[in-house]
Amino acid sequence: MTAPLWFRVLRGLATASLIIWLILPLIPLVIWSFAKGWRFPSLLPQEWTLRAWEIAFSDRTGVLESLWVTGAIAMLATALAVLIGVPAGRALGQLQFRGKSAVQALILAPLIVPGIAVALGLHAVFLQLGLTNTFAGVVLVHLIPTLPYMIIIMTGIFANHDPSFEAQARTLGATPWQTFRYITLPAILPGIIVGGLFCFLVSWSQYILTLLIGGGRVQTLPLLLFSFATSGRNDLTGAISIIYILPGILILILTARHLTGTHPALAAMVRR
Amino acid sequence: MTSRLRLFLMLAPAVGVIGLLFGGGLIVALMRSFNYMPVIGLTDPNLQAYGRVLTDPDFLLSFLLTFHIAFTSTVIAAIIATAAALLIRATTTGRGIITFLFQLNLTIPHIVGAIGILYLFSQSGTFARLGYAAGLIVRPADFPALVFDPAAIGIILHYIWKEVPFIGVVILAQMQTIGTDHEATARSLGATPWQAFRHTLLPMLLPGITAASVICFAFAFGAYEIPALLGASYPQALPVLAYRSFTDVDLASRPDAMAMAVIITCISAALIWAYTRALRAMVTR
Repeated sequence: MTAPLWFRVLRGLATASLIIWLILPLIPLVIWSFAKGWRFPSLLPQEWTLRAWEIAFSDRTGVLESLWVTGAIAMLATALAVLIGVPAGRALGQLQFRGKSAVQALILAPLIVPGIAVALGLHAVFLQLGLTNTFAGVVLVHLIPTLPYMIIIMTGIFANHDPSFEAQARTLGATPWQTFRYITLPAILPGIIVGGLFCFLVSWSQYILTLLIGGGRVQTLPLLLFSFATSGRNDLTGAISIIYILPGILILILTARHLTGTHPALAAMVRR
Repeated sequence: MTSRLRLFLMLAPAVGVIGLLFGGGLIVALMRSFNYMPVIGLTDPNLQAYGRVLTDPDFLLSFLLTFHIAFTSTVIAAIIATAAALLIRATTTGRGIITFLFQLNLTIPHIVGAIGILYLFSQSGTFARLGYAAGLIVRPADFPALVFDPAAIGIILHYIWKEVPFIGVVILAQMQTIGTDHEATARSLGATPWQAFRHTLLPMLLPGITAASVICFAFAFGAYEIPALLGASYPQALPVLAYRSFTDVDLASRPDAMAMAVIITCISAALIWAYTRALRAMVTR
């Protein structure tokens, strides 16, 4: 059954406009990063330059330092989320116990309740503990949006993991460590990697939690980007934006093998 | 090791961290909103902050604006996402590109999308230049204010850009599990394509669409950086208002910020509750 011509034309137009709309906001960012001047009403810059990229990679703007800070925070938050999230995922994925639904509700809650509400209260606590305006404080607060995703992903992984293999290894004389190292870990490793990459991206994208707890002292890339965007340096803003989205694109390409459209964990990449 | 102890050791770190950071943050926000903070000598709780906030016309206006932003963007995004998912299912050309772009979009931080929207729709942005080239406008000021505007059009455009792929991915995943058998049956019984969609596919997609929409709504309701970048100076979105009064030099306005935070939280909680109820009603129907 083939559709009438007008219908196919309409469908083609809709597909094309959807594709254009999806990449549209990225286009001015790319052009700006290579533009010199580019005042209204020129449709394209009169002059092209690599100046913005040179400035972005020089020491003056703090882009490189921010890149490092943002990456280090995201890696530490991810490592903590893996360490805490894997055992919790195992308990929730494989064991039945009283109060399980309450634990699940507590773990899901940070994904819906806006970060600003929590961070305003947490600021007072961190102030008492001397954790405001510190790197460590920002890493800790990034656990709020990342840890729930890690637990949800690991719960799904462990729910499909057959514990009888571990029991067999133990009967055959393996120590608990050997059982974990050679039986459990290989089975759950893909889940840890995908979950870890999601957590990295979630932390990488944080804005308000870093701003409130870091107090502007912990200058991550989004904070830097925001200040350039509001100061009218469009060329630098464009260059930093592109640097900022590259890890996400890289992760997408790396995990493309693991991901199909049906992967529920994909939703984890979305925000926060 | 007893199994109870083992269970405790597996869950304690996760429950402890989320309980302390998330639960603790909320509890302290609640205490401070009542102006109750024994550590700094405030031992007499009261409801003054709520009184001030709830009778402040600025707050009510901000509330309405924030609701408008979250509601309008989510409804439009859900409709476009459903249409886009149907489109992707029906086409072979372009399917791979759109699926890739959907996933790509999910990885892009909100702030980058918001800056892109700013450069596209500002009065000296790409569309204003296109308008000039087409002879529609002469000066930037002739271009309609789509960012920094009181109707929050720029913010809504950003959320639509970001939420269509998210809701779309959820719908596509569902369509894959549902398959086309139900629609084919409806068609063979004489239903039009629209009827088959409306009465067989859509009801099965609704739980997923609703779940994704609630997440989008809650996010748009509580997000700070997008309205801070694209919003008008008046009225401000609720999270922007809360942040500004929190960072106010006058420390006395902090309880007001906390009261706003608590109100934002309550609205989110009410949403989750309403959503799970609606979902249960839909499933048992």
